[in-house]
Amino acid sequence: MFYIYCPHCEEHREEEEFHASGEAHIPRPLDPESCTDKEWGEYMFFRTNPRGIHHELWVHAIGCRKFFNITRDTQTYEIKEVYKIGEKPTITAASVTAAKEV
Amino acid sequence: MTQQNRLNSGGRITRDSQINFSYNGKSYPGFVGDTLASALLANGVDIVGRSFKYSRPRGIVAAGAEEPNAIMQLGATEETQVPNVRATQQELFNGLVANSTNGWPNVDFDMMETFGKVGGKMMPPGFYYKTFMYPQSMWDTYEKYIRKAAGLGRSPLENDPDRYDHYNQHADIVIVGAGPAGLSAALVAARSGARVIIADEQSEFGGALLHSTELIDGEPADQWVAKVVAELATFSDVLMLPKSTVNGYHDHNFLTIHERCTDHIADRAPKNTSRQRMHRVRTNWVVLATGAHERPLVFANNDVPGSMLASAVSTYINRYAVVPGKQLVLMTTNDNAYSAAFDWKAAGREVVAIVDTRKQGGGVAVTEKAKSLGIKVITGSAVVEAQGSKRVTGVSVAGLNDAGDKVIGAVSQLSCDTVASSGGWSPAIHLSCHTGSRPTWNEDVIGFLPGETVQKQLTAGAINGAFDLASCLAQGTAAGIDAVQNAGLTVAGDSAAASAEQVDVNKPMALFHIPHPKSTSRAPKQFVDLQNDVTAAGIELATLEGFESIEHVKRYTAMGFGTDQGKLGNINGMAIAAKSMNKSIPETGTTIFRPNYTPITFGAIVGRNCGGLFDPERYSSMHQWHLENGALFEDVGNWKRPWYFPQAGETMQQSLERECLAVRESAGVLDASTLGKIDIQGPDAREFLGRVYTNAWAKLGIGKCRYGLMCGEDGMVFDDGVTACLAENHFVMTTTTGGAARVLEWLEIYHQTEWPELDVYFNTVTDHWSTITVTGPNSRKILEQVVDDIDISNEAFKYMDWKAATVQGVPARIFRISFTGELSFEINVQANYGMRIWKAVMEKGAAFNLTPYGTETMHILRAEKGFIIAGQDTDGSVHPYDLGMGWAVSPKKPFSFIGKRGMNREDCVKENRKQLVGITTKDPKVVIPEGAQAVNDPNEPIPMTMLGHVTSSYYSACLGHSIAMAYIRNGHNRMGETIYYPLADGRVVEAQICSPIFLDPKGERQNV
Repeated sequence: MFYIYCPHCEEHREEEEFHASGEAHIPRPLDPESCTDKEWGEYMFFRTNPRGIHHELWVHAIGCRKFFNITRDTQTYEIKEVYKIGEKPTITAASVTAAKEV
Repeated sequence: MTQQNRLNSGGRITRDSQINFSYNGKSYPGFVGDTLASALLANGVDIVGRSFKYSRPRGIVAAGAEEPNAIMQLGATEETQVPNVRATQQELFNGLVANSTNGWPNVDFDMMETFGKVGGKMMPPGFYYKTFMYPQSMWDTYEKYIRKAAGLGRSPLENDPDRYDHYNQHADIVIVGAGPAGLSAALVAARSGARVIIADEQSEFGGALLHSTELIDGEPADQWVAKVVAELATFSDVLMLPKSTVNGYHDHNFLTIHERCTDHIADRAPKNTSRQRMHRVRTNWVVLATGAHERPLVFANNDVPGSMLASAVSTYINRYAVVPGKQLVLMTTNDNAYSAAFDWKAAGREVVAIVDTRKQGGGVAVTEKAKSLGIKVITGSAVVEAQGSKRVTGVSVAGLNDAGDKVIGAVSQLSCDTVASSGGWSPAIHLSCHTGSRPTWNEDVIGFLPGETVQKQLTAGAINGAFDLASCLAQGTAAGIDAVQNAGLTVAGDSAAASAEQVDVNKPMALFHIPHPKSTSRAPKQFVDLQNDVTAAGIELATLEGFESIEHVKRYTAMGFGTDQGKLGNINGMAIAAKSMNKSIPETGTTIFRPNYTPITFGAIVGRNCGGLFDPERYSSMHQWHLENGALFEDVGNWKRPWYFPQAGETMQQSLERECLAVRESAGVLDASTLGKIDIQGPDAREFLGRVYTNAWAKLGIGKCRYGLMCGEDGMVFDDGVTACLAENHFVMTTTTGGAARVLEWLEIYHQTEWPELDVYFNTVTDHWSTITVTGPNSRKILEQVVDDIDISNEAFKYMDWKAATVQGVPARIFRISFTGELSFEINVQANYGMRIWKAVMEKGAAFNLTPYGTETMHILRAEKGFIIAGQDTDGSVHPYDLGMGWAVSPKKPFSFIGKRGMNREDCVKENRKQLVGITTKDPKVVIPEGAQAVNDPNEPIPMTMLGHVTSSYYSACLGHSIAMAYIRNGHNRMGETIYYPLADGRVVEAQICSPIFLDPKGERQNV
């Protein structure tokens, strides 16, 4: 069971208080009508499902009801970073790979 | 009874008062401080079970969690039955009732043994897969007998009367294991002021020190333990949990600890006491000081009762004052196990010989001691076979070659009744594997060590392969210091490790499988996994049959299955598989361990969350009235909703017809409080509604209500409801009862992640309001008598309006909306006034036969009108046009609302989609089962072309015939056509497609 830091409540809380809401950073196309069926299908259904670093959208469902992002390693389940909606992650698959190569 | 194997002195038992227990219906004496296993051994009970596959007699092998054979069914009464308890871990109490789990008709005379002996050769690994596969129809029969023969424990047939608790705990440092390493770590952590939890599965702290004859700081080890425990008890921030197994090590340093509070006292927990607790602990750092399990050696007939682990022999003698036999032969690959023979000798019994597999034998210390005690040591040799059936009667000893894989020289016979063996120690790495860390093989340790982990985890003592006392104390202290510092605290007080004598030992030999003069496949059975009857020959056969992955070998042979989880046998099995495939052990790999470490009761898992507390129940404020008026209830989400209100002598159908007719002819009343209600406020509330609903909201005036459909981005309907405009920037949305939480989260996610620029706020107000729906042609007459202040005439209060009013002195919102098609008013009052207003409405409505109705009648009434229920008539694959509800979609809205793009995908606009229609049957009395599939031609060969299924189906008393809502391919263009429903019972129902609006298609009744 995860131990998750809510960036809005600024406290660690048990996973039971949260819901995972899938992959983060999948913006709704600003002009849906100009999307082809393929583009719209990719927005709706296609996700990266990576082994390793993954950016996820979570909500503090029975806490503050605020959504936020988690960067999590899908192999070790480590939470590498927590950041608010609209912010960019500082830890990415690319940054981790780069750090390993150094 | 005499307890013939009990010593007159020593041990950690209380001799003052004898207690009695029952085993397989017979009474035996024992002492407080015994385990069930030590008491059985004291009484000379050799056989404690029959083996899984071959029904061979089995005795006690170990003294702890790794015991594979002594698996007991406990419980004096049916309600207190506990299956699969290891006798080695069950403390004895007066009146304990135990039964061996397998063996039929009993363990001493077992019918299956005959079959086992005859059938042994015919039961290779995979026997069950190979034999009982066909015919499949016979599986139920096979299974019954296989289960009976396998001897698995049984669950109680009555409810557990005891209470179990969950504790949620936080700690700086959790220490798992209270042996020398764990206690040393705890001492440092406690003195430094850390919040510490130290747990150990045994009845008291001390681990192996409880049976050790070694000295710590110059005094007996058990005295050191007592001193440490006494000091730990003085710290208020130290929680000591004996009788507590850390069963799981989960992500982010979360541990589950299973504490057995009263299992050592009585069959049932004393009054007002929890029997067991589950501690759910989130901790900053973990110190694993879980020790090691001794490995038995694999030799022919190594399962005959009297064959034990060397360390278990020492434990029974020193801790329980029980010598489990008269003449001992000890076989060992290491110096450590010599102490079993020394303890045996000290207990005054005969040590026939120590058989050391190493050519050079043991180190100076043990060799000298054996010599001084007059114990014969045979080096470079092994016990290749044991004799006896119900008890060991002797062993065959032969020389080994240097590699330890061939017998050389002559075989000699030794007479004995006990053969102890030690193949070294396997670190107890189970917990370190629970979060996915792969263990690594270490040649020096001759075992797997904890692998790399991302947990905040330290390890100390035998789990690291440190098998001598001095190292355990030093490592424990070091881990304590590290844990304190890692947790951000400062080490305080004395942090020097306790000292123990360092002894020079000879290197242990990496030997697992003792060769036999015959080949493995022809030698008597050499057991690897005693609990699952897996033999060395079986593992070799599995590799010959092509199972090369150790995970496959495990599943094919069942090695490491069951309650045992391979604590004794796994490493030996891997070594044998590796040898058979000419690989090394690390090349072969290892299986890893999952929670739980030992079996855990369902009670502890469930805690108090059972019975009425299993799932929360939600009641409306009128619930008590419903109860008193005989309602039957339906679960909708967590809500208990009245289903219908039967009167004396009525069948369900009669109740429904009475309730339906009352609504259509006069008036009915429904408790609609459970519908989800979301309060929406803010300058952009209206714009937001336009984006999440399919229809237009820009022009909805204050005081008006509107029905809306909510779709996903795929264009499929997932919820619906009526939203009212309370003020220019204030709306209240209703959702389906079951969908309320999901809809709120849906609104929030779009607001927070996509459109944060919209100034709008959401809050759930479902529980704030009670909703009383009065419906039927006489509903206005009833309302007139309860509404204090406003004009509710058709002219002043129009359909789809809402008004603030005072009802019986209580402020209310009244919505003139209708889910029945009749004139309807929904009275919303603050929930704490709900009951009062409900009663007032009932009282005033009595003159109009105001009839309470439940969800079932609500369903029929709305189906007569063709109103959908999201989740019943929709399933995530239908868009508004499929439902014939294109009128609720406004494609011209400027913003591309959620669902618009989705419902215009190629597949969504194609011809021949399944569409929602009404269905009437040719025989008006026949009600088609919901889920039934329509076909055009019931005589078409199977598989027939299926057109769609029935979603809602009822008998309508008002109409005098059955009605259904159903999906039919291209149904909107097939009005009036005949279709057929072939049913599972062979009947074929002929039916006709029609509009789903069966009653009042122009909607005149709700507008009066």
